[in-house]
Amino acid sequence: MRWVDRAIGPLIFAAAVVVVALLPRFIGEFRLLQFTRVAIFVIAILGLNILTGYSGQISLGHYAFVGVGAYTTALLSLGRPGLEALQLDPPDWLPLGDGMTPVFTIPLAALITGVLGLIIGVPALRLGGVSLALATLAIAVSFPIVMKSFEEVTGGGGGINLNLPETPFGWDISTRHWLYYEAWVTAGILFVAAWLLTRGRIGRAWRAIRDGEVAAISSGVNPALYKTLAFGISAAYAGAAGALLAIEISYVNPDTFPVSESILLLASAVIGGLGSLAGAIFGALLLQFLPIYSQNPPILSFEFADQAPSVVFGVFLIVFMLLMPGGVAHFVRAVWHTARGRSFRRAVEPDAPQGGA
Amino acid sequence: MAIPARPALPQLDVSPHVRALILAAAWTIGTLAVILLIGLVLTQTEDVFTWSGYIQQIVSGLAQGAIFASLALALVLIYRTTDILNFAQGEMAMFTTFIAWSLMNHMPYWPAFVLTLVIAFVGGAAIERVIIRPVEHRPEIVVVIVTIGLLIALNGLAPWIWGPEVKPFETPFSNGTTEIGGVVIAYQDLGVLAVTLATVLLLWAFFRFTTLGLVMRAVANSQDASRLLGVRVGWMLALGWGLAAMLGAIAGMMAAPTQFLDANLMLIILIYSFAAAVLGGIDSPVGAVVGGLILGVLINILGTYVDFIGGELRLPAAFVVLLVVLLIRPQGLFGHRVVRRV
Repeated sequence: MRWVDRAIGPLIFAAAVVVVALLPRFIGEFRLLQFTRVAIFVIAILGLNILTGYSGQISLGHYAFVGVGAYTTALLSLGRPGLEALQLDPPDWLPLGDGMTPVFTIPLAALITGVLGLIIGVPALRLGGVSLALATLAIAVSFPIVMKSFEEVTGGGGGINLNLPETPFGWDISTRHWLYYEAWVTAGILFVAAWLLTRGRIGRAWRAIRDGEVAAISSGVNPALYKTLAFGISAAYAGAAGALLAIEISYVNPDTFPVSESILLLASAVIGGLGSLAGAIFGALLLQFLPIYSQNPPILSFEFADQAPSVVFGVFLIVFMLLMPGGVAHFVRAVWHTARGRSFRRAVEPDAPQGGA
Repeated sequence: MAIPARPALPQLDVSPHVRALILAAAWTIGTLAVILLIGLVLTQTEDVFTWSGYIQQIVSGLAQGAIFASLALALVLIYRTTDILNFAQGEMAMFTTFIAWSLMNHMPYWPAFVLTLVIAFVGGAAIERVIIRPVEHRPEIVVVIVTIGLLIALNGLAPWIWGPEVKPFETPFSNGTTEIGGVVIAYQDLGVLAVTLATVLLLWAFFRFTTLGLVMRAVANSQDASRLLGVRVGWMLALGWGLAAMLGAIAGMMAAPTQFLDANLMLIILIYSFAAAVLGGIDSPVGAVVGGLILGVLINILGTYVDFIGGELRLPAAFVVLLVVLLIRPQGLFGHRVVRRV
């Protein structure tokens, strides 16, 4: 019955597509908004997973890249006339254009953030390992400060109001539905792209570097090249997520991208499952719903303090690392393997997450 | 923690003590020269520049840097013994500072101070035994993520217990200022400097002159060899975490009066301290202290005299400087080049 193992991945993916496509029929506007956010988180965590789960580098500053994507979309979708209407005064050399349909800014935001990731990735490489975590943490802390300092472009602490989102191309669906599908289609495309990337030559090189840099070098893999590439691609994913976020809330401001979000993003990526693309979906669900439910537990009749989510996240992170370093994704896989009559222990394989969705 | 002699001055055939003295003298003269040089440049570029004002900035920078130095030393202590960079170090310090705040509502400053250090020590050792030990031999990334989990949890737990509002924190030093040769210096700054320097000296004496210190140095040097000689390595690591937590608590209690106490008190300080540790060379205690002091002075001077940077962009500016230093000297000022063997 090997074909069951072979087919399970695509089957689950197809099922997920059907669920995502039909979900808006069954939920209200408010839930729709939450699930739009889930798609955005899926994209950001996919990027982080590529960096941390596949190439083995830690970033504590990914929400800064999300922020760069969001600001890019804000600036490009308004264009120079739109910004000047907001009393902003961007310098002349910035190629802002005259404003464009928000959905087209997504690839541009991804591209710009990706290039920025490459530029940051080069010195970051030199730091390597834990220093990289530190450097990215510094980026996360600096981002809001820097955004506040360049007021004439970013609007400073007041941020930028985007045009209210609307369904483009004259399509006949509500704006909220359009945002939902826009986010999920982008997430789907980027999920498949990540799958193609990680299963091929590049993904193999990343995993080789992650599991033993010296061995990877001996096998002719250039770690500097592939690590920088991972940094760039991962930043591009974050940029796309940021673009969608900016379109969805139609407002960007420095405090939308605090350092705490960067850290929680990494936490969700890890709990969801590093080195597993499906883990990104678990992670995103967690990042969206854990804060809500840990503050207002559904069964209990009382409310926890505002700080509860962060405590729960921290404890989850530690417990998962101690007991199940592969995260939810590997737990699910282990359960599946047990159900198929194989050893649970062998299936979990804590320290060497296997690739693939 | 031994500070291994570096083959920096190969031709000098003198005893290690003399060499250390010569090195220290060279560093002191060099530092003074750099300070003088920057001052001279500033006399040209600034419209209003007074030497006393400049030295004032340096002293308050040193006080700020002393706080970075203690936390950086805590990081180095743990890094030397266990090869772990503890991302939760700052939050542990913040948490113990909250404990100190509670204690100080019931007793005078210094008893509360000492009691906090004891609690910090026990807490730090307990964290090592319970949370870090199970992942000790796992890949670096797993350990780092565990310390990040600790960071997140403590960051949420403190305001949950003590409330989210910012708290004023008592200081044992009087509020006034003193004037030495035209330079106005706050007692607060002097006190912070004195407390941290005393701690550093005590710690150095502990490692240099006590048997326990010697054993801990042995563990940092080689865990396997120490184990063969009958050292309880696990307990020594816990001891290291306890000492580091104490250093952090001191940093927290010194920082809280001027920066006020809330859950995010130590986050920025942690980043600066990381930077200080990396700048000094992540495996060097001397480097951590010097790095912390340099960084404190640097951000103060950059913030005061470079208009573009001001108060806001200090952190990014400090990191640009750090990056430049690391590109020229990847092992940091006092660190050792890591030679990788296959």
